Amino acid sequence: MPRFLSVKPDTRLITLPWSTPLAEWPTDLLVALPRGISRHVVRFVKVGREVYAVKEVIEHLARHEFSLLRDLQRLDTPSVEGVGVVVGRLDADGEPLDPVLVTRHLQFSLPYRSLFTRGVRQDTVNRLVDAMVVLIARLHLIGFLWGDVSLSNTLFRRDAGAFAAYLVDAETGELHERLTDGQREHDLQIARTNLFGEFLDLEAGGLLDEALDPQVLVESIESRYRELWGELTEVEEFSDSEMHRIDSRVRRLNALGFDVAELDITTDFAGSTIRIQPKVVDPGHHQRRLLRLTGLDTEENQARRLLNDLDYFRAMTDQQGADESIVAHQWLTERFEPVVGSVPPELRGKLEPAEVYHQVLEHRWFLGEQAGRAIPLMEAAQGYVHDVLGSLPDEQIALSSMASMGPLANPYDPSQGYDDDEESAPYDPWEDDEAAADDDAAPSGFLDIAALRAKAGKG
Amino acid sequence: MATVNFRDATRVYPGADHPSVDKLNLEIGDGEFMVLVGPSGCGKSTSLRMLAGLEEINAGSIYIGDRDVTDLPPKDRDIAMVFQNYALYPHMTVGDNMGFALKMAGVPKTERQQRVQEAAHLLGLEDFLNRKPKALSGGQRQRVAMGRAIVRSPQVFLMDEPLSNLDAKLRVSTRTQIAALQTRLGVTTVYVTHDQVEAMTMGDRVAVMKLGILQQCDSPLTLYDRPNNLFVAGFIGSPAMNLMEGSVVEGGVRIGDYTVPVSRETLAKAGNEKSLVVGIRPEAFDLSETGEGIGVDVAVVEELGADSFIYGTLAGVADDEKLTAQQVVGRISGRTAPQRGASIRLVTDPSKVHVFSKTTEERISA
Repeated sequence: MPRFLSVKPDTRLITLPWSTPLAEWPTDLLVALPRGISRHVVRFVKVGREVYAVKEVIEHLARHEFSLLRDLQRLDTPSVEGVGVVVGRLDADGEPLDPVLVTRHLQFSLPYRSLFTRGVRQDTVNRLVDAMVVLIARLHLIGFLWGDVSLSNTLFRRDAGAFAAYLVDAETGELHERLTDGQREHDLQIARTNLFGEFLDLEAGGLLDEALDPQVLVESIESRYRELWGELTEVEEFSDSEMHRIDSRVRRLNALGFDVAELDITTDFAGSTIRIQPKVVDPGHHQRRLLRLTGLDTEENQARRLLNDLDYFRAMTDQQGADESIVAHQWLTERFEPVVGSVPPELRGKLEPAEVYHQVLEHRWFLGEQAGRAIPLMEAAQGYVHDVLGSLPDEQIALSSMASMGPLANPYDPSQGYDDDEESAPYDPWEDDEAAADDDAAPSGFLDIAALRAKAGKG
Repeated sequence: MATVNFRDATRVYPGADHPSVDKLNLEIGDGEFMVLVGPSGCGKSTSLRMLAGLEEINAGSIYIGDRDVTDLPPKDRDIAMVFQNYALYPHMTVGDNMGFALKMAGVPKTERQQRVQEAAHLLGLEDFLNRKPKALSGGQRQRVAMGRAIVRSPQVFLMDEPLSNLDAKLRVSTRTQIAALQTRLGVTTVYVTHDQVEAMTMGDRVAVMKLGILQQCDSPLTLYDRPNNLFVAGFIGSPAMNLMEGSVVEGGVRIGDYTVPVSRETLAKAGNEKSLVVGIRPEAFDLSETGEGIGVDVAVVEELGADSFIYGTLAGVADDEKLTAQQVVGRISGRTAPQRGASIRLVTDPSKVHVFSKTTEERISA
């Protein structure tokens, strides 16, 4: 009987056909969502209104990843949520099947393959690269060595014109007290290789815009990461006549979306040289402020955008002296909620509320430029819902829009590539040897010392 | 082709109270397959990253051949690192999947093709080169991953737990293939694993580490037959060596009501120590036919081919303490296997008894 290890079990998962290998699950349980490539069998399973990602993997890795994903959630790091591990699976003949790791599908998330379609703008690619860099730096800040940085292991969410990246696969991850430079370099080296391969793969599939050069993309990820890491952690030294540099460092970090929780400031003996170094930085500067003021939980750039609008609202209503939280409440009920409420229920799966609000603001600017006058917010909202939102793809569960890539060999598993009718596989003598050796293969956890002695004797 | 030399190589992380790698001295021969093994936190991965140039060295130096690489950046070290994770890209041919890192390194196309061709020949993948990887088996995918490292024709391969995410069957066949390939290529290889069985079956020599300190570096058989200290004795071997503490008496060490015979020379080396640790491998035990021997209460008997594994506790342990008491494991010929619940006595050839100091944990028997 299978055993479920879970924190908050979804009882509907228990009745799934665990005694069937995942690759053979009936298709009426599955959803064909676009995703990255993986070495394991991975399927999206629909249970009621929830979608779960289910991955078959050996037991110690399943347990390891489950506990790491929980740590990452606890540390408030953008990652998918681990739901549970199912062990002790047996097939109909009583043969053991690999355990599975179940994670919750991240709503409104987009895998890179659905973003890098032909004609993707350089600007979009830059924003994806930035999101990736922020994710790596955030993971490194909490002492997380990813071990397998790649686009396939990342999901993106829209974030007010930019993107926020989430970690999807923590199989190779290690959580340390803090990372050494060498461990960070290790991740960067892996990132370079994996991303280069992934870009080449997109190129080979005709999915990468010809103007984009994989080599340049990979180099920019590395250089941007180094810039960001420097800003987050490096020591800055200046003379006592430049005290304003303390403030500018904090402001620069805020602008990057980080709060400085602890800044180490030291002076030399004479007090003429000041050294500062951020000791504790927390991502989500704008996110936290918006959450505190309005209760809205959004991505960082969405929060920045909404806060700007809140400031604008405050100036417009001439309430600069009023209590910020009272103005925020007004803004929420008079601006944000009416706009989001104007989206009819059937279109609510298109975009997240904060993203809708951001896009309405964009749309209003666009309409205002066209008309040469200021457009009232609700008018812009109605125009946006009517003219734009209806024609967008549904992103709550981003369904495949990858028809241009040709039919998948298996719609549930992009790792298997595309249906291109290859004839049967060539003969492989190595596989023959393996099949023959199968019967007398020793179990892997057992040290066969007699065989070792025989080998040493021969040598 | 090259040798690798760690000379007093040390890595101390900022804020740590002891070095992660403490004065590591290790000479790796040209073409040798060296495995670094140890539990988590022993410094094996740090040592590999030091060699790769990813981790700064605080003291000492590292040589590849006669070149001091201590301060060289990774790309100038002529090494290829093989990681545990690899992805095969579905739009790219098997050949491109093998050669893409060369492209990143700016190797010209004709040379890339030639190197991929050679690697494919070596790996039996020539007929697959122009195909997409979608139909490859697990084993073939592993070979493509190895091909990625081989095409770089480095002086040294560095492998960091490359098999840890494979299922048991594929792990066994892949480790054989890697070892065979390494022998054919003759490229010096440093391989890191936490799995002692993997280390013992793959390495020409195995370096056992613990808490940043090299415990012993020897051939697998020497490690097995003559472990330098208690840690190596307990770490190498599966099932593990039985390590039993007893008091020093005339002619040996007393375990329960039996004196395990230990030579006079060995006992002399114990100095003033009143008790010593005796180590006996499970297969070194025989069932006693004389009523003499270490008394064991049998809890579980497991038949494995012609032999049986006997798991039990030392005689005299109260029933309610048996679960937590130290386990004694013996491997004896199946025909004479005792029943579960039986009380038996086990003896061994004195030459197969390992004796360790309790205070220094070092080996004192010959």
